[in-house]
Amino acid sequence: MARNREGLVLVLDVGPAMRSVLPDVEKACSMLLQKKLIYNKYDEVGIVVFGTEETGNELAREIGGYENVTVLRNIRVVDELAAEHVKQLPRGTVAGDFLDALIVGMDMLIKMYGNAHKGKKRMCLITNAACPTKDPFEGTKDDQVSTIAMKMAAEGIKMESIVMRSNLSGDAHERVIEENDHLLTLFSSNAIAKTVNVDSPLSLLGSLKTRRVAPVTLFRGDLEINPTMKIKVWVYKKVAEERLPTLKMYSDKAPPTDKFAKHEVKVDYDYKVTAESTEVIAPEERIKGFRYGPQVIPISPDQIETLKFKTDKGMKLLGFTEASNILRHYYMKDVNIVVPDPSKEKSVLAVSAIAREMKETNKVAIVRCVWRNGQGNVVVGVLTPNVSERDDTPDSFYFNVLPFAEDVREFPFPSFNKLPSSWKPDEQQQAVADNLVKMLDLAPSAEEEVLKPDLTPNPVLQRFYEYLELKSKSTDATLPPMDGTFKRLMEQDPELSSNNKSIMDTFRGSFEVKENPKLKKASKRLLRDKPSGSDDEDNRMITYDAKENKIDIVGDANPIQDFEAMISRRDKTDWTEKAITQMKNLIMKLVENCTDEGDKALECVLALRKGCVLEQEPKQFNEFLNHLFKLCQERNLSHLLEHFTSKKITLIPKSEAADSDIVDENAGDFIVKQESMLES
Amino acid sequence: MELDPDDVFRDEDEDPENDFFQEKEASKEFVVYLIDASPKMFCSTCPSEEEDKQESHFHIAVSCIAQSLKAHIINRSNDEIAICFFNTREKKNLQDLNGVYVFNVPERDSIDRPTARLIKEFDLIEESFDKEIGSQTGIVSDSRENSLYSALWVAQALLRKGSLKTADKRMFLFTNEDDPFGSMRISVKEDMTRTTLQRAKDAQDLGISIELLPLSQPDKQFNITLFYKDLIGLNSDELTEFMPSVGQKLEDMKDQLKKRVLAKRIAKRITFVICDGLSIELNGYALLRPAIPGSITWLDSTTNLPVKVERSYICTDTGAIMQDPIQRIQPYKNQNIMFTVEELSQVKRISTGHLRLLGFKPLSCLKDYHNLKPSTFLYPSDKEVIGSTRAFIALHRSMIQLERFAVAFYGGTTPPRLVALVAQDEIESDGGQVEPPGINMIYLPYANDIRDIDELHSKPGVAAPRASDDQLKKASALMRRLELKDFSVCQFANPALQRHYAILQAIALDENELRETRDETLPDEEGMNRPAVVKAIEQFKQSIYGDDPDEESESGAKEKSKKRKAGDADDGKYDYIELAKTGKLKDLTVVELKTYLTANNLLVSGKKEVLINRILTHIGK
Repeated sequence: MARNREGLVLVLDVGPAMRSVLPDVEKACSMLLQKKLIYNKYDEVGIVVFGTEETGNELAREIGGYENVTVLRNIRVVDELAAEHVKQLPRGTVAGDFLDALIVGMDMLIKMYGNAHKGKKRMCLITNAACPTKDPFEGTKDDQVSTIAMKMAAEGIKMESIVMRSNLSGDAHERVIEENDHLLTLFSSNAIAKTVNVDSPLSLLGSLKTRRVAPVTLFRGDLEINPTMKIKVWVYKKVAEERLPTLKMYSDKAPPTDKFAKHEVKVDYDYKVTAESTEVIAPEERIKGFRYGPQVIPISPDQIETLKFKTDKGMKLLGFTEASNILRHYYMKDVNIVVPDPSKEKSVLAVSAIAREMKETNKVAIVRCVWRNGQGNVVVGVLTPNVSERDDTPDSFYFNVLPFAEDVREFPFPSFNKLPSSWKPDEQQQAVADNLVKMLDLAPSAEEEVLKPDLTPNPVLQRFYEYLELKSKSTDATLPPMDGTFKRLMEQDPELSSNNKSIMDTFRGSFEVKENPKLKKASKRLLRDKPSGSDDEDNRMITYDAKENKIDIVGDANPIQDFEAMISRRDKTDWTEKAITQMKNLIMKLVENCTDEGDKALECVLALRKGCVLEQEPKQFNEFLNHLFKLCQERNLSHLLEHFTSKKITLIPKSEAADSDIVDENAGDFIVKQESMLES
Repeated sequence: MELDPDDVFRDEDEDPENDFFQEKEASKEFVVYLIDASPKMFCSTCPSEEEDKQESHFHIAVSCIAQSLKAHIINRSNDEIAICFFNTREKKNLQDLNGVYVFNVPERDSIDRPTARLIKEFDLIEESFDKEIGSQTGIVSDSRENSLYSALWVAQALLRKGSLKTADKRMFLFTNEDDPFGSMRISVKEDMTRTTLQRAKDAQDLGISIELLPLSQPDKQFNITLFYKDLIGLNSDELTEFMPSVGQKLEDMKDQLKKRVLAKRIAKRITFVICDGLSIELNGYALLRPAIPGSITWLDSTTNLPVKVERSYICTDTGAIMQDPIQRIQPYKNQNIMFTVEELSQVKRISTGHLRLLGFKPLSCLKDYHNLKPSTFLYPSDKEVIGSTRAFIALHRSMIQLERFAVAFYGGTTPPRLVALVAQDEIESDGGQVEPPGINMIYLPYANDIRDIDELHSKPGVAAPRASDDQLKKASALMRRLELKDFSVCQFANPALQRHYAILQAIALDENELRETRDETLPDEEGMNRPAVVKAIEQFKQSIYGDDPDEESESGAKEKSKKRKAGDADDGKYDYIELAKTGKLKDLTVVELKTYLTANNLLVSGKKEVLINRILTHIGK
């Protein structure tokens, strides 16, 4: 196994108690393997399940015991099959023993890699840890677990346990659960093992680190208190956004017969003196220019080299200040972590002393950093303490970048106190708001906190990998709807809302909002978002263009506004056409389904007429109106016809739109015809 | 290394699709600075930052404007500005009115975009002012001259340029005279007041806003009610909001101008869904965004004319030019999975773009590492949805009082994110508002964005060294000694950016000398060398390292450092100078070349030839 590869054994509980969450376990594991297939395709993976009816593992064959533990897959390079396996986990029938399964997993890792590849071997246990474990042949369970954990530490095997417990119906279980939790903490204190407790499918998806990134230091060097006192530190990224994979461009130009076609696309840049000229200049004949007022200032590379701001690598302490002085919203970027150089015990001590004292006295440190020699800029940031809760982990600092003077735009905003009193809440309203803030609680206690960022998966990534998998099976697969698990992230928890229904109702009642009547059409879009639940999921996910309030469809709810907004869009030429077509369709729909709602259809027709006059599209309207008229006659929708007469809809004559072939006197013909028909 | 602003200042992995950070130049601004140059502006002084030194009001006004000109040229170079003094001896204006002098430099219209030359000459205005322009009270009791009236007229004429639809037009009036017609006889005073106010009103009717930056005497407040409240059109409600304390200190004034010069721009309109059936309207403002040097314009090196860049996509198999949109592929399971651009954007479009409230948590749940990018400031608006402000203020107050923040899902970014909404109470100081009241929206990372570095550094079963009580005590003493007095976030100018603009200015004006830029981010050496500080550091050091500070105990050296050491030892193996002379450097391996480079603190990047050249240059020196 090469340096940057990992050997992973998934140890999955498939016992009856896990059945309800197995689909989510499958999702999480499948995501993990999918990402390995893309980013770490030489990683090796084994899969062990426990709680199965049958038994199938080497230890059982060799020495007996280890029942109900099945090896689904021996450790080997990750492939499609592995991804398939985790998507169809067997549904077990017996309560499994997670200790047995862990030993089986560990045995696999040791047999495969021996003592080598320390730190690159990992086990991942997903269980509810609610089933009793068997007593060992000798000694106590504690002894047994300590021995296993020590063995794991010695072999350099890491372990990650995800304990999934949602609504456990367990009175009898309580003692078992307590014992199991205790055993799991024993692992943590004796090996590199951590336990994550999750209580919802959403956090289960988030709890499994599906993308393995080899951590790289951004900086190794001195944290300088002053020139005589330096602390050796390493800096890593603590937070870095995981993005969609960068997709390559694909060319389908090569003939299908060309077996050696690479289908690659090259990006070519041409530099031209003027837009019209065909004269192309070589890249080295260019020089960089920077805007300065109306001028563009050319700067040669030599000038840059001699004049540029020069820096020396290092972290320099500027001083300490009250934590309250650094407001949270000034943090500018993703976060770094500053850990003491693990080989320097004194540095570990120095960081520990400062971090602990900072925490105790609510202070933070301001530092100036240059991460690399010759880097063109410096950053000023704040160190905040990260005092470790685990005995075996050194204390460290978090580092956040602070803004420079140039980065801040200080706009004044009116004081709330100075706003007119009609804009301010009264005492009763304030009490209602207090109640809402108190009761709509996502963290009743530290253990019960939901929607922790650390356990919340990225819905877009989830959807992309799901789609990728579907497409790999069938090229014309359609985009699946958003996974229901993510509702909990995108909407209020229905349980929480219904528990607090009266509070929500009071809030709604106390804070009435209404659209500003002075504002016209296009801007009146805000209140239109329908309460969730009332519209179906697919619609809500995609109807709205997230970026702008741009309307691209004439909806049922507010067809006239939609139409007006759409027909006046100027970013593409075909919006008018689209708006008219969609409006026509909608009117037809209204007319066809209509019982006594002619009014709405009528309003739409009037709006359409106005739009067609504005856009000078008389034909479109006149033809449509004739068509509509015939339809009403055919179906004998007389009440509609009457409506039409009373509102005096006419065709669009020449005087209103030059393109029209209807002369003014004949514009009313449409109605005359109709009346004569009624008489006959 | 080339200074490429895109590289140097770019977040390592900035998302080019995300246009959120790029402020759009929505409109431009036309600004006229009107500066009272009466003798009173020169003889009134107020204390400066440096103690024991007094600065004239004129100096304060001029340095404020100088600073804001620089801000214009850097951030908003499309804005057009004019500088106009009144109460001057000389006159220079299109209308040929007495007592008004429009300051300008060659190759520039009276109102135009600021140029390097304008900035430079304006920086020196105080030296040449007396000779070139001169100060003279324009309104004297026995003449009918009204220099304030003339100034407003000139400014209004300047602002005739540009359409109101696309531009904001503003005047900034700097004066320390709160009663300009005070010395006049009653009848003349009334007359002059009336005509001047009418002039101002005419300007305002044309869509020009007039803003006043009053300077107060140390012993006498600028009394806005005497005259100016009518001029700038304040009614009694707004009067309380107007901050008359402005102008005591240079810093306050600069602060004020900085705040007022940049027109407030809404980054985003946001619908905040509090619960089903209740949505309010918020405006999002980008109050904090990293400032970067403007983008590179490529020029033809012989003519210095801008070069047009044309990008084309070429199929490597056939050489055909591809048309947008081009399909994308992801290799997966031994096949190439195709995505159209449309499909990819569908994948990302999972939400309506609204901000949906999910619930509340205590502030302690928001950790220091829960951050990804600059926050967005939210302030309510009743423009479209009446009642928004009331609901917002109620939630704002409750969150502050209960020390909680709201968790919400925000669909307006790619990808949509979980956000923390942290209420911020208004903070005011003498100089005005320090923190506006509102809610800051902090973008939270997802699980996979957070890395577990702590785990990497833990050694199971081995307790990590922890500081002793004595060490903690010494650390505490150290921290007290090194307390930063009056530290405020963003007090430092970005030295790299300052230098960048100094270079541009020098080249633009053909100067040989580079304007000195100070790196304010360096530690305060003087302070650090105070005996008490040195002593505290020394004691802390002693408590950690003991008597022998150079002995760092190695608790299990890592492979990496061993490697480095080995490298150092190798250094002696070759006589590089000799090899260089005989041209035998190319016989060495890249690793061996790098050893030399590392030992001499040089860059180790590049191909072998580059490395050899670098060594040769180094030896050559």
